[in-house]
Amino acid sequence: MANWFKALGKTRNLFKETLGGIFSRDKDLDEATLEELEEELLAADVAPRLAAEVIAALDKARRGGNRSRRDVLKQVLIDQLAQTTPFTFSQLPPNACLLIVGVNGSGKTTTTAKLAHLALEEGIDPLMGAADTFRAAGSDQLRIWAEMVGCEVVAGKQGSDAAAVAYDALDACIARNRDLVVIDTAGRMHNKAPLMDELKKIVRSLNKRVPEAPQETWIVLDATIGQNALMQARFFNETIPLTGIVITKLDGSSKAGCLFSIKKELDVPIVFTGLGERKEDLVPFEAEAFVDGLLGIKDDDTGDDN
Amino acid sequence: MFDHLSNSLQKTFKNLRGYGKLSEKNVTDALREIRLALLEADVHFQVVKDFIRQVKEKALGQEVLASVSPGQQFTKCVQDELTELLGRDHKAFDLSANPTMIMMLGLHGAGKTTTTGKLAAKFSRAGRKVLLVACDIRRPAAVEQLNVLAGQVGVDVVNPNPGESVPELGMRARDRAMTQGYNLVIFDTGGRFQVDDELVRELEELRDMVNPQNTVLVVDAAMGQESVNVAQTFHERVNLTGLILTKLDGDARGGAALSIQSVVGVPIHLVGVGEKTEDLEDFHPDRLASRILGMGDVVTLVEKAQDMVDETSMAKMEKQLLKGDLNFEDMLSQMQQMKKLGPIDKLMEMMPGMPQVSAEERQRMADQGKVQSRRFEAIILSMTPKERRKPHVINAKRKQRIARGAGTRVKDVNDLIKQFNQAKKMTKKLKKQQKKLLRFSK
Ligand SMILES: Nc1nc2c(ncn2[C@@H]2O[C@H](COP(=O)(O)OP(=O)(O)OP(=O)(O)O)[C@@H](O)[C@H]2O)c(=O)[nH]1
Ligand SMILES: [Mg+2]
Repeated sequence: MANWFKALGKTRNLFKETLGGIFSRDKDLDEATLEELEEELLAADVAPRLAAEVIAALDKARRGGNRSRRDVLKQVLIDQLAQTTPFTFSQLPPNACLLIVGVNGSGKTTTTAKLAHLALEEGIDPLMGAADTFRAAGSDQLRIWAEMVGCEVVAGKQGSDAAAVAYDALDACIARNRDLVVIDTAGRMHNKAPLMDELKKIVRSLNKRVPEAPQETWIVLDATIGQNALMQARFFNETIPLTGIVITKLDGSSKAGCLFSIKKELDVPIVFTGLGERKEDLVPFEAEAFVDGLLGIKDDDTGDDN
Repeated sequence: MFDHLSNSLQKTFKNLRGYGKLSEKNVTDALREIRLALLEADVHFQVVKDFIRQVKEKALGQEVLASVSPGQQFTKCVQDELTELLGRDHKAFDLSANPTMIMMLGLHGAGKTTTTGKLAAKFSRAGRKVLLVACDIRRPAAVEQLNVLAGQVGVDVVNPNPGESVPELGMRARDRAMTQGYNLVIFDTGGRFQVDDELVRELEELRDMVNPQNTVLVVDAAMGQESVNVAQTFHERVNLTGLILTKLDGDARGGAALSIQSVVGVPIHLVGVGEKTEDLEDFHPDRLASRILGMGDVVTLVEKAQDMVDETSMAKMEKQLLKGDLNFEDMLSQMQQMKKLGPIDKLMEMMPGMPQVSAEERQRMADQGKVQSRRFEAIILSMTPKERRKPHVINAKRKQRIARGAGTRVKDVNDLIKQFNQAKKMTKKLKKQQKKLLRFSK
């Protein structure tokens, strides 16, 4: 968690008064304060209906009056994100396949490279597959990353069949006996059926090589996106069942409050968080740190960090 | 875009209809729904607050006309306010200087490079000599991406030299534009957060070097509540002159555009609607406002159609669309015209009444359309003229004959008839909506 706060330090200083500030003013939790709280949740892209629910819960807790309201709010939010056991690369079977999907520009390619880097750090032997055969210089981008990370990449030509490249990448993973292949795909709008069908085709083609592949399918969501993030997650999940969520660009000022509704609806673990553009800038997701960031609570006043 | 918003608003208005007067209570109820719809559309909460207040004042004011129903009156109020927020008039780029400089900026992954390629295509089609400058020196292969796009469009690129800073690169590009007679230079900068002081300073330095007449923020249509802070900060630092909204082909509701425009007050120049270089369209706030209200965008549809189809067949098609009593002959000629117009889902989106249909459903219809249209064409072609003109005569026996003639199964003939009935329903709706639209367009 300390890692997370360090990465966030730069932007956290710039936060104007946030929920943390509201609480520390130690006002009575009156109507006006409740409205202010609701607006802070809305500003964090928490779904409007959910924000209203949370505020109602808080209002109820106020009347009950047994716990400090900040703890109540924090707990309500953390509960929404209730994580099971954290993801580890070592939980994967040999020659595992991890498929990275998402809409245009969400951070898939960068995340693919960061994951390869993280795997290497953990002593896992990865390979990358560049199945973005559509976007101009899509595979070049991953090739350059491959050099920076020190990981081989299997790529096709621009315009070639993405499903075939994915197959080749998995095939190479097995032939070269790598632990893991992380496959980057082209960005696609979730509401475009032909593009979503292509994704199914990629999965079918991986199935042909290994029936269980891909063992993991993660959607990359951009923290700066608002309520549409839920639609993205929903449509992708309906197309190919997702097993994980990566939330990127949390190093900016957006708070990704939409994750609450996504988690609620999909019940898929949020595995990693992107906190910058360098290969090191990917950390395991931590519900508490995320909520603290959203509420503007500093690490030194959570008391459980360092 | 604004699918959901349209849905909610239409629901609200329907509830309002039937009341004799706009009472405080029904306005308040309606506004509660509208507030939620706007928030779910990613409109900034503060903007929503102001918006609701303004609408309420107007709705309860003296402007109530005796001749229209309260529902219509209220629709008009909301439409007026939305148009107001969206900036009323479309403004184009400032192209007066020679060479004209355009600086593109925005967050990571917003679509700057793709949009730069689209602008290059647009302006070089218009006869300008375009020079692109690859100022994203950080993201791997960003320079390559711009070069690929420039190659497709057929324009020149200035690439960074090793160790060269972005302002230095900008300077060099400007000099080259001056000496080699380029009249439009577009600087594609790398993605950055507004809170990254160092990177924003780089933008300031580039701006000071090249003095662009246009400083354009590229915004993802799906952007959330931070849109306002992002745009405001960039505006303070580099003085934005316009916006381009990208990825409108998605189903994001696009409230960010509304928020940014009402807070920062810069015009939205253009909107991106796809991944190809021609997927760039003009933005019209007034049309968008009526689209938000679910009245469709007949004008854009007509304009787009005029671009691609000769006028007489266009007029015919329009008539057919609005006639509302379709037969298979109309359907056949429509199918043939539609092919010239491009992706059906995009067209459908612009039609009145269609915003009520979800993007999902539209996409499904469009895809079905593409796959089936060839088969359907064959089926219609193997019908007799009578069957084409009077679809109701088609009985089981005729279906068998038609299927044989078209080399398909009876099931396909049934599918066609089902679709035909759907289309018929749609055009009926269209007719109604059209009437409504005419009533509101002054
Ligand atoms: N600050 C920050 N930038 C990020 C993060 N993740 C990705 N980016 C940046 O976001 C931009 C887009 O990232 P890509 O990895 O190219 O996104 P993509 O999803 O592969 O894009 P397409 O393939 O075009 O759909 C790049 O400029 C990345 O450097 C993050 O966690 N933080
Ligand atoms: Mg990519």
